[in-house]
Amino acid sequence: MTLLFDVVLALLLLLTAFGVVTTGTERPAVLAFMGYGLLLGLVWVRLAAPDVAMTEIAIGSGISGIVLLRAARSARSSPHLPATPRTMMAHAPGMKAPGEKAPDKGVSDRKMAALVSVGVAVLLGGVVLALPTPAPSLAPQAAEALPSTGLGNPVTGVLLVFRGLDTLLEKMVLLLALIGVWALARDPLWRGAPAPLFPGIAPAPSAFLARVLAPIGVLVGIYLLWAGADDPGGAFQSGATLAAMVLLLMMGGLVRAPALGSRALRLVVLGGPFAFLAVGFLGWASAGTFLAYPPGFEKAVIKAVEIAITASIALTLVLVVLGPSAGEERP
Amino acid sequence: MTEALIYGLAGAALAGCGTYGLLTATHALGRILGFNILGGGVFLIFGAIARRGAGAGFGGDPVPQGLIITGIVVAFCATALAVALLLRLRTALAVEAQAGHEEETQP
Repeated sequence: MTLLFDVVLALLLLLTAFGVVTTGTERPAVLAFMGYGLLLGLVWVRLAAPDVAMTEIAIGSGISGIVLLRAARSARSSPHLPATPRTMMAHAPGMKAPGEKAPDKGVSDRKMAALVSVGVAVLLGGVVLALPTPAPSLAPQAAEALPSTGLGNPVTGVLLVFRGLDTLLEKMVLLLALIGVWALARDPLWRGAPAPLFPGIAPAPSAFLARVLAPIGVLVGIYLLWAGADDPGGAFQSGATLAAMVLLLMMGGLVRAPALGSRALRLVVLGGPFAFLAVGFLGWASAGTFLAYPPGFEKAVIKAVEIAITASIALTLVLVVLGPSAGEERP
Repeated sequence: MTEALIYGLAGAALAGCGTYGLLTATHALGRILGFNILGGGVFLIFGAIARRGAGAGFGGDPVPQGLIITGIVVAFCATALAVALLLRLRTALAVEAQAGHEEETQP
């Protein structure tokens, strides 16, 4: 029975993904992509990875979906623009001038692409089939070291203790992405508020949904943070849920986008990565190595770092989605 | 462990699917979507490997699972940055097109 379920789910996932890449128009492709993210979330549950499932659904499907939908809308609002990649390719040296034998070229291009893609799939499939048995695993080591961290959820242990450096670097990547997005502003000071998510007055159902769902969602987000020490959940899942709730409130027209120059806002954004970094340096003093937690206070310090990281992740995700300051260029 | 095999193979097929999207998309957003599906396929193979490493009372090896979470967040960062670049490009093109149009209409 579960075998049937797995096969059907895998086929559905592939069909949705195929739908995304073969749909020529942007908006349906993005909607199919969001469905694909939800199915992928279900797959993670089947692979006994509930923490990954939550992250996938919240970030991979939900928040990415908002970002992509905005991009699809911008294409619709400016239909007179040419499809840039195609025209740029047509003018590239070695390519035929546009109009000349174009349909044939397109078909042979597609065949070639299909060949390459099937090759990639077959090669990776071969790797999956050739995986060694018994499978190498770090689970016993993780289980052995977990009691010393005071945590019960091994994935939280991996993210914040065993592979803390990865998490720290990932916070920096998130920060760099935000700086990259802000750098695209036409306002040289990055101070003004970003453009509203969806222009115009919010439809009444959106406002209603935001009023009903946001309090529950915020509660769930905080619970995920607190429970993440021992049960599935943690800083990422919680931060993504809280970010989604803030975005929901903005889409419902109940909260306005903040000015990016605000000092408090920037402090919260920087608080997560730099609190983590500070604890990392303190590790030298208290435990003799970078990113080690003071013995005896592991859980308390980990929780404090997690709270700072969660607030920073939630706000950074919101700001990355909102985009750069909408101010105009000044002389 | 049959589910690890099924979803591992599905991940390989997804990677192929994403490659196809990346190569054939006619608009930039399609390329971003294709790239994400390619990444999803790679994560799924990694997840299947994590499932195979189940042991010590855990349903899967927690180390690859933690790395997948990190990967999803980094992939989101890349997507958001790519979309921001795309939006800026479209604004720039619209401004340019408008300027060109105004020049044409002037005698």
